[in-house]
Amino acid sequence: MRHPTWMRVIVHSAGLFPLTLIGISVLRGSLSVNPIQDIEQRFGRTAFYFLVATLACRPLSTVFGWYALLRYRRTLGLYSFFYASLHFFVFAGLDYGFNLPEIGKLITEKPFILLGLLSGSILLALAITSFDWWKKKLRRKWTYLHRLVYLAGLMTVVHYGWAKKGDLFNLRGDILYPVLWGIMIVILLIMRIPMMRKFTSNLRYISNKYR
Amino acid sequence: MERKFQHRQPPSSEITPQSVYLSRREWLKMAGLVSTASVLAACTPNGTLPSSTTTSAAPNGSLVDEFGNPANTYKEITHYNNYYEFSTDKQAVARLTENFQASPWAIEVGGMVHKPKTYDYNELLKFEQVERIYRLRCVEAWSMVIPWTGFELNKLLRQVEPLSSAKYVKFTALLDPKKFPGQRNRLYPWPYTEGLRLDEAMHPLTLIALGVYGQPLPNQNGAPLRLVVPWKYGFKSIKAIIKIELTDIQPTTLWSTIAPDEYGFYANVNPQVDHPRWSQRTERRIGELGRRETLMFNGYADEVAPLYAGMDLRANY
Repeated sequence: MRHPTWMRVIVHSAGLFPLTLIGISVLRGSLSVNPIQDIEQRFGRTAFYFLVATLACRPLSTVFGWYALLRYRRTLGLYSFFYASLHFFVFAGLDYGFNLPEIGKLITEKPFILLGLLSGSILLALAITSFDWWKKKLRRKWTYLHRLVYLAGLMTVVHYGWAKKGDLFNLRGDILYPVLWGIMIVILLIMRIPMMRKFTSNLRYISNKYR
Repeated sequence: MERKFQHRQPPSSEITPQSVYLSRREWLKMAGLVSTASVLAACTPNGTLPSSTTTSAAPNGSLVDEFGNPANTYKEITHYNNYYEFSTDKQAVARLTENFQASPWAIEVGGMVHKPKTYDYNELLKFEQVERIYRLRCVEAWSMVIPWTGFELNKLLRQVEPLSSAKYVKFTALLDPKKFPGQRNRLYPWPYTEGLRLDEAMHPLTLIALGVYGQPLPNQNGAPLRLVVPWKYGFKSIKAIIKIELTDIQPTTLWSTIAPDEYGFYANVNPQVDHPRWSQRTERRIGELGRRETLMFNGYADEVAPLYAGMDLRANY
């Protein structure tokens, strides 16, 4: 089935909207007085939102029967990768001026940066293998490979929470949003478990039948 | 110490919005700063008021620290604030503090002292007011250069006469969730508390700031009064203080309660001792594109290193 044009327009508008907003902020000079960090964090947050949207497609389609969503998973995932790449290049290039020895030290010493990099590497691998050609070539393996997106989601939440001032494990400080997002990702993950999937789709079947 | 007061004549594009000029003048008169404050280009002999405001992006060449680093603009200093009592969003604090009532205000000074006393805000203006252009290094690895006005904390402590058994000074900020929306968040052990060793508190660099750029301390910077300890990470410089107590036990502090492995009692700026999760080797000076190397004790090693002679700064982070 072809993708309806209007749906594609919506998805791509959503995908490019954050970039447009950030671009407008740059041109108007309305970034914070620490503009590099500002852009870096906005790209990072945007990448994360698209990652959550990608993860939510399957559970939403199972629960509500919105199967059309499944056709936009790849696009949403690629937008997540796009913003994650921008996030990385602002960090490595604008923030640290491609000072490779310093970046190397940061990555090896600071687990929060390492986690971000691992998560980004997963997204890179998935983006490269996102073409139909790879899908046909890898077959079942492709499905397993692309389940790594959940691992990327979990690592990104920890990456985000660890960058905050607070203690993620003692539930103290500036950790409310990372914890809420973490719970969200775990719920999305639980809904992927075959038993839960079967349960929710049966539930929907029964509720439709006795409507 | 004199080198900390090095000024250049500020260009007229700098300075203060006209709207705050008059109230500032009154405040400065009370603070006895009018004659000395070279920040006050608005009081130039011809008496003209500056037409532009500090919100302009014009580079600030008016004030420099002892290394010749220019002070950050008033706009930068007042629109990028860590003030978790209002928000964790540094850009949102300026807006959220607009209606904060910093007056009337009193500060209770007590504990292990001979002469405990509660000071009304106006009484604090009677301490000898000084200007200091200090670097402020945030634990988040950004920094600014800020022209503070205020008085040396040792002047106040001498007046209340600490007991010889007093070893530490504990600072407590206002606890009022009605004024501080962020205090409704139970993930923090409010109120904000901080502490210094008595010799650190008595050090001539340690300031109680009542102003920035020669005008009363803006709400977002901790109105009406805050601590400034320039060789320590910014979180030590507690805002909106209502109580100062002398004690013989090391005070607990808000950040060391939240994450004891990450925010120590000393919190001296030290590029060799990283925060467990991020590096402290470099920093971004607000207004600059590249990163700077962070200096030991934030560049105040000559003045303060003797305080820590023989101490393991890695263990006492």
